[in-house]
Amino acid sequence: MGETLTIRLTVNGKAYDRPVEPRLLLSDFLRHDLHLTGTHVGCEHGVCGACTVLLDGEAVRSCLVFAVQADGAEISTVEGLATPSDGSGIPHPEDADLHPIQAAFRESHGLQCGFCTPGILMTLVPFLEENPDPDEEQIREALSGHLCRCTGYQNIVTAVRLAADRMAT
Amino acid sequence: MKPAPFRYVRPSSVDEAISVLAAEGYGAKPLAGGQSLIPTMNFRLAQPAVLVDIDRLDELRGIRDGGGDGATNGLYIGAMTRHSELERSAVVRDRAPLLAEAMPWIAHPQIRNRGTMGGSLAHADPAAELPAVMLALDARIHLRGPAGDRTVQFCDFCTGFFSTALAPDELVTGVEIPPLPAGTGTAFLEISRRQGDFALVGVCAVVTLDAGGVCTRASLTLLSVGDGPVCAKTAEDALRDRTLTPDAVRDAGEAVATIDIDPPADIHASAAYRRQLARVLTARALDTAARRAAGA
Ligand SMILES: Cc1cc2nc3c(=O)[nH]c(=O)nc-3n(C[C@H](O)[C@H](O)[C@H](O)COP(=O)(O)OP(=O)(O)OC[C@H]3O[C@@H](n4cnc5c(N)ncnc54)[C@H](O)[C@@H]3O)c2cc1C
Ligand code: FES
Ligand code: FES
Repeated sequence: MGETLTIRLTVNGKAYDRPVEPRLLLSDFLRHDLHLTGTHVGCEHGVCGACTVLLDGEAVRSCLVFAVQADGAEISTVEGLATPSDGSGIPHPEDADLHPIQAAFRESHGLQCGFCTPGILMTLVPFLEENPDPDEEQIREALSGHLCRCTGYQNIVTAVRLAADRMAT
Repeated sequence: MKPAPFRYVRPSSVDEAISVLAAEGYGAKPLAGGQSLIPTMNFRLAQPAVLVDIDRLDELRGIRDGGGDGATNGLYIGAMTRHSELERSAVVRDRAPLLAEAMPWIAHPQIRNRGTMGGSLAHADPAAELPAVMLALDARIHLRGPAGDRTVQFCDFCTGFFSTALAPDELVTGVEIPPLPAGTGTAFLEISRRQGDFALVGVCAVVTLDAGGVCTRASLTLLSVGDGPVCAKTAEDALRDRTLTPDAVRDAGEAVATIDIDPPADIHASAAYRRQLARVLTARALDTAARRAAGA
């Protein structure tokens, strides 16, 4: 391993202080160093969207950010969306405390294998904050930065609409 | 794949960044939003020895109306201004509507949240929107190196395929867009395979009409049809002193497709298809720009 630098950042509200090699991608830092494997890695060139996380509240590709660049930042990943009622840190599908977007995906069959899902969910959190009542075209545009090989997107669009309705009330 | 090892430097000023670049020579590269550089490093197409992270240099950020460092009261945009800031800026919509119209065509929101204007101009991808927009708007790019500041007219900045007038120890600090003359309308059009993909062809049109509706100046630039942004000179010249009738814009499209461009063929589109797109998009963009110029 080459030289390391120490970074300090928060991930899902928890503070971390870690030595990293400059070339370590944020996606690999989350997965390998912090064992937060909910953030997926597909293409490593920004196209598939599986690695999308929030950096200081904005959706970004974690495969196109070096961990050292996130020094001082607040990161949110899919693991931070649900609030597990049993305190385990691991949300269970039957858990009542799924994030409304997660619950809508589950109910509308917005996922099949689930590989693309964490990235899509992280894109949707700020998207629905900015667009609380999106039409289908806006939803499809928001999803355009994500590749899903299973669903054909139809049920994802339905899920987003359902989540928007629920979050409005 | 993963990037090769490199040394990471985070300077606290532009001048410090430049002295690191000057000391390290060709092995060092500025790291801006990373949205072009990191993918190429992930595939090891680029293996810089040193990355100079200019992300936190606030002196390179911001949009200033009438704040150009030069004598014109143009719109000044700092190099580290992110695509998403430009996209949301009311000042940009008001003062440089062509730029505002092009922004949503650049990649996806997640990429626009990181990618920067300066990075896009320095990278000079022939399929990129911003170089063609800056060429159409006759922008002036501001550079700083060990010898100090200089400005370059955008038409002299892009020198070829992914090549610019930038020296390895220089940084783009910003760009200055002159005000649009009265009676000017602009339009940006592009065709890509899917939302967020790089353009198959894109067109920027800037049209100035006099009180009688006659075109006094037309600027037409295209992306994804050559080694860099392409200025369609023949078509521009033919439009001057003409009324932009359907025939006139059709002729311009024909001149662009047959004289002004020599588009490449690649896996995304044949040269003939690119010519056809350029022909149609040019006519549409001119028509829209002329209607906007007439205030319709
Ligand atoms: C999936 C995907 C799709 C994309 N689609 C598009 C698209 O449709 N259209 C488009 O235009 N772009 C597209 N991009 C590229 C994106 O717009 C980049 O943000 C942009 O090209 C580079 O900006 P950056 O700030 O990320 O630069 P970086 O990647 O950090 O740098 C790019 C290059 O410029 C140099 N550089 C950066 N800043 C400066 C500076 N201030 N002075 C001197 N040199 C500098 C770097 O050293 C490097 O060589 C896409 C990217 C991805 C990943
Ligand atoms: S892994 Fe980051 S976009 Fe595909
Ligand atoms: S659910 Fe399988 S890739 Fe989207």
